[in-house]
Amino acid sequence: MSTVVGEMDHHDHHHHAPSGITRWLFTTNHKDIGSLYLWFSFIMFLVGGSMAMVIRAELFQPGLQLVEPHFFNQMTTVHGLIMVFGAVMPAFTGLANWMVPLMIGAPDMALPRMNNWSFWILPFAFAILLASLFMEGGGPAFGWTFYAPLSTTYSGDSTALFVFSVHIMGISSIMGAINVIVTIMNMRAPGMTYMKMPLFVWTWFITAFLLIAVMPVLAGAVTMVLTDKYFGTSFFDAAGGGDPVMFQHIFWFFGHPEVYIMILPSFGIVSAIIPAFSRKPLFGYASMVYATAAIAGLSFLVWAHHMFTTGMPVFAELFFMYCTMLISVPTGVKVFNWVATMWRGSISFETPMLFALAFVILFTIGGFSGLMLAITPVDFQYHDTYFVVAHFHYVLVSGAIFSIMAAAYYWLPKWTGHMYDENLGRWHFWCSLISVNVLFFPMHFVGLAGMPRRIPDYALQFADINQIVSIGGFAFGLSQLIFLWLVIKCVRGGEKAPAKPWEGAEGLEWTVDSPAPYHTFETPPQVK
Amino acid sequence: MAEKHEKYYVPASSPWPIVGAVGLGLIAFGAGHTVIENSKGIDGWGSNVLTAGLLVIAFMLFGWFRDQINESMSGMYSKQLSASYRQGMSWFIFSEIMFFAAFFGALFYARVIAVEWLGGAGNNAMTNEVLWPEFSAHWPLTETPGGTASGEMGWFGLPLYNTIILIISSFTCHFAHVGLEKGKRTQLKVWLGITIILGCIFLYLQGVEYVHAYQDLGLTLDSGIYGNTFYMLTGFHGMHVTLGTIMLIIMFLRVMKGHFTHDNHFAFQATSWYWHFVDVVWVCLFIFVYIL
Repeated sequence: MSTVVGEMDHHDHHHHAPSGITRWLFTTNHKDIGSLYLWFSFIMFLVGGSMAMVIRAELFQPGLQLVEPHFFNQMTTVHGLIMVFGAVMPAFTGLANWMVPLMIGAPDMALPRMNNWSFWILPFAFAILLASLFMEGGGPAFGWTFYAPLSTTYSGDSTALFVFSVHIMGISSIMGAINVIVTIMNMRAPGMTYMKMPLFVWTWFITAFLLIAVMPVLAGAVTMVLTDKYFGTSFFDAAGGGDPVMFQHIFWFFGHPEVYIMILPSFGIVSAIIPAFSRKPLFGYASMVYATAAIAGLSFLVWAHHMFTTGMPVFAELFFMYCTMLISVPTGVKVFNWVATMWRGSISFETPMLFALAFVILFTIGGFSGLMLAITPVDFQYHDTYFVVAHFHYVLVSGAIFSIMAAAYYWLPKWTGHMYDENLGRWHFWCSLISVNVLFFPMHFVGLAGMPRRIPDYALQFADINQIVSIGGFAFGLSQLIFLWLVIKCVRGGEKAPAKPWEGAEGLEWTVDSPAPYHTFETPPQVK
Repeated sequence: MAEKHEKYYVPASSPWPIVGAVGLGLIAFGAGHTVIENSKGIDGWGSNVLTAGLLVIAFMLFGWFRDQINESMSGMYSKQLSASYRQGMSWFIFSEIMFFAAFFGALFYARVIAVEWLGGAGNNAMTNEVLWPEFSAHWPLTETPGGTASGEMGWFGLPLYNTIILIISSFTCHFAHVGLEKGKRTQLKVWLGITIILGCIFLYLQGVEYVHAYQDLGLTLDSGIYGNTFYMLTGFHGMHVTLGTIMLIIMFLRVMKGHFTHDNHFAFQATSWYWHFVDVVWVCLFIFVYIL
């Protein structure tokens, strides 16, 4: 029996893309929306990166030379907000949009119109946030974590704009996450059981759950900041019976799952790339799934490790310390599995693999410094120093961003139909790899020596290392222009890519042509 | 197996999402400026932008749902698509639960930890001694450490009536749903109508309660953490009841036009889930905000 419902509206079901600007404004196509997300995130990456350049330029020498301290604070704040909400998260959502339907054999995302809505909110949200920098009194300057009372009693006028722009970013993320989770639950091709899904799909499934669970808590936190600042409430004011520390609890209840939101999809990407270039199936698939779920579960029990120095009861400090250290077990499982996948593999080192390998090593370094920070008594020394900055940039830049780069190289042939320039790719990789370590590794040392973060000036003894760090920063920033050039080149032309450009790659996405046709899997494939 | 697969309806391009994005952008920008202008006591254009945004969103909702209903009525939707909608709605309600969880969390933290510590509990004797030695912990916090005094909202009377009304409305909503599934249109219309009336009564009584709290009890939004959590929780709940009532009214109008069948009534089901959800939130509110 072959019943095909909805055939009558297929007269307008074009198999090639419509043209003009309305294609992008009105689109319901997961590939178009994926591309929009990816380009948006890259633009935000450059915008947030320029702010980092301002920070590094100011810190090139001790003393105040380039910018006012207040402007410096705005730069650290908006750099963080843009990189977290504007660069990393949209990049992952873009990858999910492009790849999840292709990987599970679905014709599109489950809710295609909402998909477009969730993308188009983002440019408005970030336009509002960036515009607030030009207001009288400047933009948000309280750090991306907007701790009360910095964001309530002591913040500028622009705080209301910050709050509402975070609100609509949150709406966008929640709708995006609902779309991904429903797509995965409901749109898998026949035979694509949960335990056959590629790990990228699994990790995004769990990420989407985390997003839906914690983005509303962020909305609650910004709402309380808004009412505390403008409507006389005292959630975070002890005089009214509230507590500024309560802000940190609410924020980090969102914030810690949020950092896993920014790393779990990376795990999925690396788990696709390492087997492909080792020409071996992934070692320990099931344990990877369980480890991801365990990390996600634990992420709700560790938030207070960000606030060991706030004066919590000793029992709470111990509880959060042990829970945090526990996370290294499933994470260790993952790293072990990646290495075991490569063991005796027939490895080749194309650019995606290079980035994936760098991810494994550098993310592990970031994980180890995280383990150091997890130990309460030592955290008292490291707290709010450059050691923390080094830690989370290792996991977010050489972790999350490197994995996004790896994903881009891995799937660019599928997206554009052309092979990228392998030489340029290697240039991009080696420049990035060297500069990222020159940029972030020495930060560990100044941090351990006591240099505080988020301060535009520093003691003279930190000058040499800060100069090295700044040089690494400028080099890393410039290296990303190679990537921009490479992508433009690849979109415009190049060697024709076959349907499956990587001989070891597996998955449904390689069964469709390169570039992937505008509509794929309108009739679901049968997965065995 | 493979052949039994229905085609999934992937809609052609639609202008509504971008209209919605423009609307949300205007709302965020306008609301931000309105708040800033109010705090400085100046007259500005913020509220105009906000109003424009709300109008754009209303226009978008109207247009989007019109397209949606037309597509649904002409039978373009498959079972699989209905499942997507149902799952999407469930996850949306889950996100709403987490939004309320943030405010319940604030309530519990303030009550169990913050206020107690300010009163000197645990090893915080010096906190009390140094900051506000006069202050002793109590809940409801009718006198803040800073000295703001307010009345206390009891649970008996209006809040209890409202609880009963909302619980009954959850049942009437369910009866309406059963009527729909059994094809008994009169039962559906009557129970749905009663649900709407109960929702409106709830909102009216909530308004009466707020007036009473402000005028007689001196319990205001800015009277310390007790008033903060009281108004933020009941206020956001009230906004959700308002939205739920509007959804119910739209369902009522659609029922009167003969929409919905036994197999095809996702919109009704989603509305009914939403209504049960606001009911459960209220029960939690009644227990933790009013009684305890």
